[in-house]
Amino acid sequence: MGDGHSTATALIELGAVLFGLGVLGRLAWRIGVSPIPLYLLGGLAFGAGGLVPLHGIGSFAGLGAEIGVVLLLLLLGLEYSADELITGMRRSWLAGIVDIVLNAAPGAAVAVILGWGPIGALAMAGVTYISSSGIVAKVLGDLGRLGNRETPVVLSILVFEDLAMAFYLPILTAVLAGVGLVGGLKALGIALVTITVVLVVALRYGRIVSAVVDAREPEVFLLRVLGAALLVAGLASALQVSAAVGAFLLGIAISGSTAENATKLLEPLRDLFAAVFFVLFGLNTDPATIPPVLGAAVLLAIVTTLTKLLTGWWAARRQGVARLGRLRAGAALVARGEFSIVIAGLAVASGAVGGELAALATAYVLLMAIAGPVAARVVEPVAGWFSRRRQRVVEAGPGEVSPGEVS
Amino acid sequence: MNVNVTPLPGIGVQQDFATRDGRRLGVITHKDGHAELLVFRRDDPDAVIVAVPLTAAESGTLASLLGAPHLVEHIAAQNRDVTGIETHQLAVVPGSPFDGRTLGDTTLRTRTGASIVAILRGGTVHPSPRPDFGLTAGDLIVVVGTADGLAEAARIIDNG
Repeated sequence: MGDGHSTATALIELGAVLFGLGVLGRLAWRIGVSPIPLYLLGGLAFGAGGLVPLHGIGSFAGLGAEIGVVLLLLLLGLEYSADELITGMRRSWLAGIVDIVLNAAPGAAVAVILGWGPIGALAMAGVTYISSSGIVAKVLGDLGRLGNRETPVVLSILVFEDLAMAFYLPILTAVLAGVGLVGGLKALGIALVTITVVLVVALRYGRIVSAVVDAREPEVFLLRVLGAALLVAGLASALQVSAAVGAFLLGIAISGSTAENATKLLEPLRDLFAAVFFVLFGLNTDPATIPPVLGAAVLLAIVTTLTKLLTGWWAARRQGVARLGRLRAGAALVARGEFSIVIAGLAVASGAVGGELAALATAYVLLMAIAGPVAARVVEPVAGWFSRRRQRVVEAGPGEVSPGEVS
Repeated sequence: MNVNVTPLPGIGVQQDFATRDGRRLGVITHKDGHAELLVFRRDDPDAVIVAVPLTAAESGTLASLLGAPHLVEHIAAQNRDVTGIETHQLAVVPGSPFDGRTLGDTTLRTRTGASIVAILRGGTVHPSPRPDFGLTAGDLIVVVGTADGLAEAARIIDNG
């Protein structure tokens, strides 16, 4: 039977893809980089124009990828309490604005130069602006830097960026839907009101929201949280506010131990569906479109590595962190990943921008998801090498003694 | 002592302080309850040189290791005027015959004349424990008595 045959093909293809991703993911963490670029490469290899085109998994991958985006944003919201978001915003709004100006501008500029118009510029601004909080948190943990003085600076910039996403995504969604500037401003207004309401509700009545989804039995709890997230995301999408932002705001409203348990339950699901999302993005990108934009991607990578370094340096200096710590803060922020792809995915799916944007975003994230962890790792040895060189020069003059580590 | 408290959004809370000779030490309490012990670098006080993850039980053990000498010192200072009286802490090691049995089972007082003042477990002090207090490996028993009585008590806790 044709039906049974296509089911078999779909299962075999999906199984092979997931297993392949598992192998790639292990390799990625072993060499100390994020698996996201490898997932993208996997998608490129299997997609249209790739090595082995797959056609059987399209219907699953389409919905799976949507669920992946919802889960990525839901877990991001669960990570922070409304309290942390508000204190984070108060403490780091100036650094947050410097971050936006320095890192959104290069993406927007490249889009304008390539002739992609204001909508392309808005999307590319988001792609180069947002650091990957997933990669940054993982790298800081792996390098044992969570206790460092610059880490609260880095984390509060990430908090600000995530909150900025909650404003940015509805605007982007509205503009992509072709509503123009006035419609975009209306979307911003709606987003502002919604986010304020959600923050107030989360602060005052967070317990009630948590109680609605909470349950003692893990499977009941899982179904309730996932169901609520998809419901909210779907409703938000129907109201022309971004689905992802709906999930993010639900995550913020759920608090305390409920949020912690939900995170534990949903993490494996998020990892699965996010992987499907990255692969699908790669599948839908024709590898042949990448070489023409590779130059622009490399240029953007270099410029936005420097702008993130500058952002971190500036923000850490304001908190009285010494030079080496400022460099570490900047290098930690370099990684871009999941959210850049979420933004590019939204833009491409709407049809308002061309496939070149997907190609540029893919190439850019491939570079930055690898460059980020590497930058965080090498920043200390490189800085040490420079300061030793300088010290050698100084030693030729008046002697300067370095006490070094004694214990 | 001036302890810095820094919230780490999405992770937990960090608390740290400087020791008398200028080293910084700290603890991150993660949202899920596990802790991380931090030792900062000497040449760069912004950076951590060692970060050791600790489970709740491990933090408790570390706390009692650090806290116990204080209690013992305190009791010893109180008993200093009484000649011939000493204060010791005896550890219930894994494999001790009293791991999993009650304090009364040791019959320490009857056999050695030494008094049990307190038991330290997981960073908390249980003063004047009753005979039905259940011992587990990792407990520290604070005992007051004569030198001979304490030596005998240590032997009993280890070997039964």
